[in-house]
Amino acid sequence: MAITTIDGQKVWQRRDRNTQLRSWALWLVGTAIFMWCWQQISAVTTWPFFWDAPRIAADIGGRAMPPRWSYMDKLWAPLWDTLNIATLGTVMALMMAVPVAFMAARNTTPSALFVRPIALLIIVSTRSINSLIWALLLVKILGPGVFAGLVAISIRSIGFCAKLLYEAIEEIDESQVEAITATGASRWQVMAYGIVPQIMPAFAGIAVFRWDINLRESTVLGLVGAGGIGLQLQGSLNTLAWPQVSLILLVILLAVVVSEWVSAKVRGAII
Amino acid sequence: MSAALDERLGKPWKKPPFISSPGLRWTLLIGSVIYLILAMNSIEVNWSRVYRGLDRGWQFVVAFANPDFTSRAAEIKDGMIESAVMALTSTVVGIAISIPIGLGAARNISILPVYLVCRSIVAVSRALNEIVVAILLVAIFGFGPLAGFLTLSFATIGFLSKLLAEEIEDMDKVQAEAVRATGASWLQRYVYGIHPQVVPRLIGLSIYRLDINFRESAVLGIVGAGGIGATLNTAFDRYEFDTAAAILLVIIAVVMVLEYLSGIIRARVQ
Repeated sequence: MAITTIDGQKVWQRRDRNTQLRSWALWLVGTAIFMWCWQQISAVTTWPFFWDAPRIAADIGGRAMPPRWSYMDKLWAPLWDTLNIATLGTVMALMMAVPVAFMAARNTTPSALFVRPIALLIIVSTRSINSLIWALLLVKILGPGVFAGLVAISIRSIGFCAKLLYEAIEEIDESQVEAITATGASRWQVMAYGIVPQIMPAFAGIAVFRWDINLRESTVLGLVGAGGIGLQLQGSLNTLAWPQVSLILLVILLAVVVSEWVSAKVRGAII
Repeated sequence: MSAALDERLGKPWKKPPFISSPGLRWTLLIGSVIYLILAMNSIEVNWSRVYRGLDRGWQFVVAFANPDFTSRAAEIKDGMIESAVMALTSTVVGIAISIPIGLGAARNISILPVYLVCRSIVAVSRALNEIVVAILLVAIFGFGPLAGFLTLSFATIGFLSKLLAEEIEDMDKVQAEAVRATGASWLQRYVYGIHPQVVPRLIGLSIYRLDINFRESAVLGIVGAGGIGATLNTAFDRYEFDTAAAILLVIIAVVMVLEYLSGIIRARVQ
């Protein structure tokens, strides 16, 4: 806030001169960086294709409509696979995430010096790599199919679940833990009666939340050969069967909407 | 110890179950067991293939121990720059488009028709997976980072507008009313009454989204939308696990640095 006197009259301005200049300088630098970046993209873009895009979009749209409804018969099995990848992947991820979370939380870790950094490393490295990249790798290792997708989804989810879970563990009410300890409970009993009941709602919320995300991600895993409905999508795209593509996209959209609805309902019931 | 004493002591304490209604509890339990059995049976695992693959998996673990940054250094560098460029431009453009849509999607400051239109834009953008959008945009605009840039901008709109709208809906009305009472126009009301309240959160969310966009830009290349993903895909296809490990390590490092920076910046603005 700066008030200057011009011709004996007080004038209010939001920033004083130096702050204003600094903010303009920052804007200038930011704009320059943005323009440079844009130049990079522009240099490798074939602009005639860009100007042609509305026609192409209309063309593809015309070919894709109406969706080939009869193809639905072949989609039930991949859809079931997709659901399994998401659900079993979440279950497996949670089984691995729980010990990691307990090792990462400051108040439950066996050793803050040695175990905690390892747990945090697991969390960061699994979280920063997208499930599609995990799938790409696992298809090479385990062979194409649902199993690779399942493992990819579960590895990707460990970091996410463990991070949210260990934050929940760190936020628990310590007095309950103390009360259980005071009865002479062992370490495991303290965990089962003092900590677990407190984080149960958070755990259920995280599980459903991640399941919702996993269902979205498992719909595209097939693009790299890891099973599910993405496999059909890839096949249809490669054969330029646009009516099938539009049907598959509709099915995926519907699945996502349903999963979001389910997850919102369940979380609403828990909280 | 007699039966009388037992009775006086009452029943032994049992841990209360997480789901209190027994009907719902048992339905859920039995339902999930049946589902698990069905699901497990429908998944075919070719164990001999998995066994043969373990060797390759081990090669990958070894490759992680000594990643090869040098032999494909030029490709990695170009890919990373392209990913960073895509992430940055799409975040900037995404924010620029999200602010008006976010304002429109906040129930307390917009009129009903605008609110419905903005909310449906947000819903569409959030429901479509980035990869699916990228496939369509690659088909329309051709291969290259432009398709990736458009995809990420589109995804950013849904994310930022929704959270911005929620932030505006939660804001303190008094300040906006005070500015309004001075006779401010609609734009002045926004700039002086609403914007200062939401800007710390907006900055935090933007940096978080930059982080997400960078991560996503690493996979868009798999479907031909530019960025490091194309290089990674090629490395995997050629079974050059040491190069792939190098790329993954670079991605992890950048993501960690971004996360650290965003922590600092968010702590400063809030």
